[in-house]
Amino acid sequence: MSERIIIRGGRVIDPASGYDAVADLVIEDGRIAAVGAALDGAGAREIDARGLVVAPGFVDLHAHLRDPGLEYKEDIESGTRAAARGGFTTICAMPNTEPAMDTRSVIEYVLREAAARASVRVLPIGAVSKGRAGKELAELGDLAAAGCVAFSDDGAPVYDATLMRRALEYAGAFDLPIIDHCEEKSLAQDAVMHEGWVAARLGLRGAPAAAEESPVARDIALAETTGAHVHIAHVSTRGAVEAVRRAKARGLRVTAEVTPHHLTLTDETVAFGAGGGSELQYDTNAKVNPPLRAQDDVDACAAALADGTIDCVATDHAPHAATEKLCEFDDAAFGISGLETAFGLCMRLVHEKKISLETLVERMTIGPVRALGLDRHVHGIGTLAVGAPADVVVLDPGAEWTVEPERFASKGKNTPLGGVTLRGAVVATVACGRVVHHAEVPVG
Amino acid sequence: MTTIREQETRAETPAPIAAPASEESAWRRRHLLDLDDFSIDELDLVMRTTDAMKEVLSREVPRVPALRGTTIVTLFYENSTRTRASFELAGKVLGADVINVSASGSSVTKGESLIDTVKTLQAIGADVLVMRHNRSGAPYLAARHAEASVVNAGDGLHAHPTQALLDLYTIRGSLGDVRGRKIVIVGDVLHSRVARSNMWSLTALGAEVVLCAPPTLVPPGMRDAPEGGLPAVRVETDLDRAIEGADVVMALRMQLERMHGGFVPGMREYSRLYQVNAKRLAYAKPGALVLHPGPMNEGVEISHEVAHGLQSHVEEQVANGVAVRMAVLWLITRNTPRGGRMASARGSL
Repeated sequence: MSERIIIRGGRVIDPASGYDAVADLVIEDGRIAAVGAALDGAGAREIDARGLVVAPGFVDLHAHLRDPGLEYKEDIESGTRAAARGGFTTICAMPNTEPAMDTRSVIEYVLREAAARASVRVLPIGAVSKGRAGKELAELGDLAAAGCVAFSDDGAPVYDATLMRRALEYAGAFDLPIIDHCEEKSLAQDAVMHEGWVAARLGLRGAPAAAEESPVARDIALAETTGAHVHIAHVSTRGAVEAVRRAKARGLRVTAEVTPHHLTLTDETVAFGAGGGSELQYDTNAKVNPPLRAQDDVDACAAALADGTIDCVATDHAPHAATEKLCEFDDAAFGISGLETAFGLCMRLVHEKKISLETLVERMTIGPVRALGLDRHVHGIGTLAVGAPADVVVLDPGAEWTVEPERFASKGKNTPLGGVTLRGAVVATVACGRVVHHAEVPVG
Repeated sequence: MTTIREQETRAETPAPIAAPASEESAWRRRHLLDLDDFSIDELDLVMRTTDAMKEVLSREVPRVPALRGTTIVTLFYENSTRTRASFELAGKVLGADVINVSASGSSVTKGESLIDTVKTLQAIGADVLVMRHNRSGAPYLAARHAEASVVNAGDGLHAHPTQALLDLYTIRGSLGDVRGRKIVIVGDVLHSRVARSNMWSLTALGAEVVLCAPPTLVPPGMRDAPEGGLPAVRVETDLDRAIEGADVVMALRMQLERMHGGFVPGMREYSRLYQVNAKRLAYAKPGALVLHPGPMNEGVEISHEVAHGLQSHVEEQVANGVAVRMAVLWLITRNTPRGGRMASARGSL
């Protein structure tokens, strides 16, 4: 079933090996068969990549596929199609489904659905606690055996510090990390956005940076106590960045991710929209948790991604139904549908010279793979090494396009970027040797 | 001495409103959501229009058919006595039909969305929606989906523009121009939509605005805004210092829930530190105005003697509220779809 494909004449960037040259890339039997000059493309489907960038498919450690149970927001079919459009060939599915992904049977359902319907590879993340209730550990061993690559109660923090400690210790037996959504609820009571002057103006309740930073500090202390691996989800404040930087300097097993929106948008987006302007919007599509922060936090996150303090970009793709956003700001759901805009939005950092294209590609490919050790589960993932899975993306870093949420593959049209022009487009995506996305009209 | 017959004649053909003519101004607003983008000219126009409405209210029969045929719906998701009554009366004085809809007595409790409610009321024939909502920003959502005019009668912690307009009218009535005047707003600023709206209008007109509150009731980030992000106000936590030389002292309602919320240790300490009382008022300019948006907790944020003393303008605020809301309804309906259709009728006034 898997066809032979040749991707011709692109600039091939493979951060894992340091390879960066104009070359052809041949795919056979779902694997990378060859990378080099003037390869034989006889009988192969050809993708013209001249003037474009060819890279390993992106890997997203943080996507909400809403399946099972919340299929009105997204399902595995639509969510992975969105991933393919965004250049992602592997996405990790967060367990805040209904029921939660806290037992082997639910994980098996997800993997079965993915095998039948997914455009890209889905790696499940199991719940830390039963029902994500934060009381008792889920059967982490069984979840690991079923194929989970990490554990998280994401959407909620692991609030109880002792439970977090036990989870870290216990998961250590399977050498799997705990991913924590760091939020001290008592400091963020009824908060719907970042605490700062914008919240003061809008009369909305804000979450201070400390609400994120104090559990980050707790988790780092527990990583030290247990020697286990903690991965900090969606870092969004300067203080959290600094804490991760110090932890890494001390050699602790702490990794971290940041979302495209926390790298580029501030809390002013809530007030005035991503397009700017002076009229108040109360843009519910900019309501996300953690909230969009101040410019200083955004700058700190971008610098930390560039210098490696933050290991990778993760989308926190959080699709919602239209009605869950078309309401009063306080009542709107948290989350941004992010898979299809991730690359274009992150490219802002490249165009603004805050990060190099090569580094950005690293942070979206081998960066996340190494952060969670995903190559232990899928050998060669995140690289273009010969024999690696044929997960490849063709990018046009300079192509301009305007975000039209109504045309998203995702069921979630909830993005503050509607109508915004981004520079940087995904031309084609090959996942597991299959062309899962190819822009009908070549852009650029 | 007028005869009864003459009075009746007057009632049938009331004198025209002496409001500034629409051609005279550049009033383009279809909604009144907040005062954050009001120009000095617009504030002036509202004030002059309010003068004309005061004149109407002073007539023997305070009724004019200026908004006859216009339907005003007050849509209140939160309890209110004075604001709702004030809007209702304002509409009726101008000859509009006024329908009151309460969240508790409507399909709102059945889970109907705000947008659906707005569209339904519009379909019934509402030209103006006067809206009070416990969620900040709700009127902005309504305005985006409404063809009718939306007038914000208070949204969450965010804004209460007609209150700020009546405060301004009351202050100007005693002091004339507010430029250079020191106006102290004291109390629970964090949860006060009244304070938020007042900051914009008063600073736009050149007043020196001082916010005074315990640090826990000052909105975090007040001092971090870039230019234009928030009004340029001073924050002071010591009331004795804040009140010194003030021309106006505006006390805000301190809600009991805030005590339980841990914002302040309790009523006793709060009133000791932040109550506007005679002793403190003595630090203000002689004859300084005392305002309160109501309802007052006498003995908490304001002492009984000050609340009802010579310097108190609280009742005048309430009275001015009707005239200000008449002015707002009159101005805003110039730009509703039906207001446009009725332009000739309005012109004949």
